[in-house]
Formats: sequence, C-alpha cells, structure tokens
Amino acid sequence: MTERVESLYGIDEESKAIWVFLGQIGGNLEPVSLELLTHGRQLADQAGWTLVGLLLGHEVGHLTEQAIAHGADEVWLADHPLLEEYTIDTYGRVVFDAIMEGKPSAFIAGATPNGRDLLGRLAVRLRAGLTADCTDLKLVTETGILISEVTGFGGGVLALIEAPTHRPQMATVRPGVFPLSEADASRKGRIIDFQVLLSEDMLKTEVVETVVGAGVDLTQAEMLVIGGRGIEGDFEMLRELADALGGDIGATRPPVDDGFIKRERQIGQTGVVCRPKVAIVCGVSGAFHFAVGIQDAETVIAINTDPEAPMFEFADYCIVGDAAQIVPALTHALTLEKVPSV
Amino acid sequence: MSDLKIVVCMKVVPKPEEVGVDKETMRLDRENARSEMNPTDMNALEMALDFKDRYGGSIDVVSMGPPFFSHFLPVGLAMGANHIYLLSDRDFGGADTLATTYTLALGIRKIGDVDLIFCGEESSDGATGQVPPGIAEWLDINQITMVNRLDYDTEREMVRGQREIPGGHQIVDTPLPVVISVATASNEPRFMDYRLKSWAFEDERITVWNVDDLKADPGYVGEPGSPTIVSGLEQAPSRERRMEFIDGTPDEIALRLAGILEDRM
Repeated sequence: MTERVESLYGIDEESKAIWVFLGQIGGNLEPVSLELLTHGRQLADQAGWTLVGLLLGHEVGHLTEQAIAHGADEVWLADHPLLEEYTIDTYGRVVFDAIMEGKPSAFIAGATPNGRDLLGRLAVRLRAGLTADCTDLKLVTETGILISEVTGFGGGVLALIEAPTHRPQMATVRPGVFPLSEADASRKGRIIDFQVLLSEDMLKTEVVETVVGAGVDLTQAEMLVIGGRGIEGDFEMLRELADALGGDIGATRPPVDDGFIKRERQIGQTGVVCRPKVAIVCGVSGAFHFAVGIQDAETVIAINTDPEAPMFEFADYCIVGDAAQIVPALTHALTLEKVPSV
Repeated sequence: MSDLKIVVCMKVVPKPEEVGVDKETMRLDRENARSEMNPTDMNALEMALDFKDRYGGSIDVVSMGPPFFSHFLPVGLAMGANHIYLLSDRDFGGADTLATTYTLALGIRKIGDVDLIFCGEESSDGATGQVPPGIAEWLDINQITMVNRLDYDTEREMVRGQREIPGGHQIVDTPLPVVISVATASNEPRFMDYRLKSWAFEDERITVWNVDDLKADPGYVGEPGSPTIVSGLEQAPSRERRMEFIDGTPDEIALRLAGILEDRM
C-alpha cells in the first residue's frame, strides 16, 4: 500500500476555526473578503467554530473594525512596510507562518488574481487540498468537513469536492457568489498582532507599478446592460441605457476580442460572474459559457433579432427585435418617466 | 548570455460544451466529447514563441496525460516548439493540483536548467488556475500569474510581466528562473507552419516519461498524492426563467420594459 501524501498538520492538531484571507488593495478590503466573512459567519455559527480574518498590509489597522463588523471573531493583523503591496515572497511567508501558528481547520480566500496566486502556492507548501473558484461552501457540522462546489467544463458540470484528511481545507471562492451582510458596528472582536520578521533581501519580485483605474467591478452592479456580437460595437447606446438605470455595462467575449470594449467587462465563465437585479442582454446568442455569468441574475431581459437564439432560454422577458431600435426607445421611455410628475 | 531554456506546460481537454453528466451513473460523460488543446495553453505557447523570437532560446512542451495526448501535442511543434515531453503513466491518473504540479515539476527538473516556464492561466475542464504557482513552489522559483505581456531585460536578467488585476494592471519585475501564467486571450496564437507539419507528427518528436523515469515518489502522484476527492457530481441546474415573449413596436416594447424595470429598481 502506497503511503499517501500528508499535510504538514493534521486533524488531531487543528483548531476549529475558519480563516478568511482579507485581501486589500489600496487600503480598502476587497468586497469578496467581506462576502467570505458573511458566509463564514453562518458556517461558524452552525458548527460552533471561530471565524478569523487574516489581514496583511501596511497601516491597515483601521480595516480590522470593518472585518469584525462583518462577522469576524478575531482578526490577526500583520502590519509591516514590506506588506504594503502584495508579493508572493512576503505574503507567502507571512500567511504560511500564521497558518502554522493558528492551525485552522479551513482557510479560504477570494478567487482573485492574488488569492489564486497565494493559495495555489501555499497549498503545495502545506501539502493541503485546495479547491478553486468555488461557487458554494458548506460545512458538515458533525465531521468538520468543508464541501466546495465548483463548476467545470464551462459551467455545465457541478462537482462537490472535499479534502477530508488534510488540513487546512483550502478554497478560493468566486467573487459575487455570496451576498454581503450589513455591517454591524456593535459587534465585538479580538485583534491579534501577528509579529513578522521581513527584510528587503527576502523580496525577489519587485512591484514596479500598480494601476487600478476606474475600478470596474461588475460583481457589485445591480443593473447591467450587456452587449454581444449583435450590437456591432455600439456600446455607447448601451451606456446611455445603463446611465438611465444607474447601472453599468458588460459584454460577451466577441466584442472584447474585437477590441470594442475592455476585457475587464467580459461576463461569463472566463470573465466576471455577476448577480445583478436585472440583466438586459442585447445581441447575445447565448452560448453556455456566457450564460453562466448571469445565471444568478434576478431578472434577465434578452433582445435578439433571431427568434431561435438560445439566449431566450435563459431569459425571463424575450424580445425578438433589433437592439439598435429597442435600446434607445427604452432609454427614452425611462428618461421621460424620471421627470417628476408634480 | 546563454540561450534561454523555455518550457511550456500544455494540456489536452474535452470540448467543454460536449461534456455532460450521465444521469444514471452520476459520472462525467466525456465519451462523446471531442478533444482540443486547452485554449489558454495556446496563449501560453504563443507568448513563449514570441519571447523566443525576441530573445532567442529553445522551447520544450511538457504535458501530463494519457497516451492519446500525443495526437494533439505535435501542434506545438508545428507552431515552433522544439521537443515534446509527455508524462504518462497509469499511476498519474486521478491527480488533483497537488499531484499534478508535483509531477510536472519533476518533468521540468529532469529537462534541467530551465529559465522560464509558461502555463495557461487555467484549464477549461478543471479551471483551477492554481497549477502555475504550485509548480513554482515545488521548484522553489519565482512566479508571475495572470500575465498579458512579458519582456526581458537582458542586462539585469530580469523579466518584467504585466499582470491583469481587477480594474487595472500591475507591473512586476523578477529574476529568472520564473513560472509565468498567461492570461486568457492575451494574444492571438499563430497558425501552424505547414512545412513543419510532417516533421512535427513523427513519433520521435515525443519523449514519454513514466513514474520510474521521473523517480517519482508514488505517494505524491495520482490519487495517493491528491488530498482532494470528488464526492458529488451533477449537471449544473438551469434556473427556471419565465421565457415570456413581448411583442409590439419598439416604443410599445420600451414602455412595457420600462414598467418591468421600475418595479425592480
């Protein structure tokens, strides 16, 4: 019988806690970190576990309150000038040390570029099981096993994955899948100063520049107007409708590939997954890998000239027609109605 | 400076839209799915080829998978890679990211003295995106993930990668050796060179390595080397939609939609 690979610590040494990596960029917590605290709070309550946030950065102490207000019982804070920017060298070292000191049952992070960069590496260092870009997390109270739901094959298949014998149970979670709780400023929590020893010579990578521009974050948009190949690049028209709705615009892959709109606005399996109240989808045929990006929208309105477009199967309201006519008419109707009727 | 030694990790995947779940057995039904090169790995190969065109060097393709991968991988040669290594053994089956990265790292180490390793950001079947940093950890070298542009400063022997991050980008410098994960759609993969095609598909272009060749620890490959298990599988539920068709002139439709939207704003 072949010996199985073992994690650096096991179930007998774990502390019954869920740890959430609190990603921050430019002094703000990433929304997904707060979503994970919200969901983690529910799981921890259900199992009687502790919910811990792990926060790294420089002069970010004020963010601990926000983490506690969203559900953390404890926040471990590592504050150091060399942690101002994310690098795998510094963050990898500090998060590894913190995990080995706290030995949590579960360690989760947002499936952001940095979250994946970090956990993908640490899971190997810890010899732990890692699930990626999860769309749901459940905790089996009796066994303490974390069950991750992931999608594969373009979103067509759901798999439930667990790592029952290895600790910590690691997962990255897709931004936007868990709703965000209201902050409760009256919540109390403990802040633990985690001392770190870092020096310049540990840095192999150097961050030359970080540009976070207009801060497009479609996962937070409540009203979304989305254009596909059929709108022939006329995102100006969609922008006017989005403005009338107080929303934002997104796209399928073809207009992005054609350079009509930036890739940060691409929705679907290889882009952003959104959960808006309303998605208005214009000139989109409705390939499955796109539809997965709006499957959690409360209401979907589809406009397409082709009555056979698969998109209509994913829509609540279906309009067979030309978006170039209907979208401006709708913008006009909404603008008229906004005039106060006093 | 010496010639750069470049490795590209590539994988063959079933076409995602042709894979389903067999409702009786609750197992993946890949039988009827055709295979293709993982699309993002083609972006990785293109970035590697472009890098080689600008700075010189050689490119080896490394893949882990069953023998049939050898029908697909020569595409890489016909695009400009020099050699293919297929890590193939029954014992590699059932590998999750830990076992996969261990095995690929052994293959890369056996090739030896590698300066750059390019990987696709993620595979379309597993979509974990966590293989590239895992390889970097096993090899104890640097990593830059989600890269859409890569340059090389030959004097400082540092690569400069532009990473895609939410709402912007980041520019990172790091010395060689390094693992680069290439962002989806960050370039346009070149066409095969048809003059190379018959050469590319000759058997001797592919070296197959098994567990023994890699001197792999059997506890670290395949299922024993994989902490995660799949405990359930289902077809993704499609949310019930009303599918109500609205007819009329554009103005009539617009008024009706405006009413629907007002209720939801």
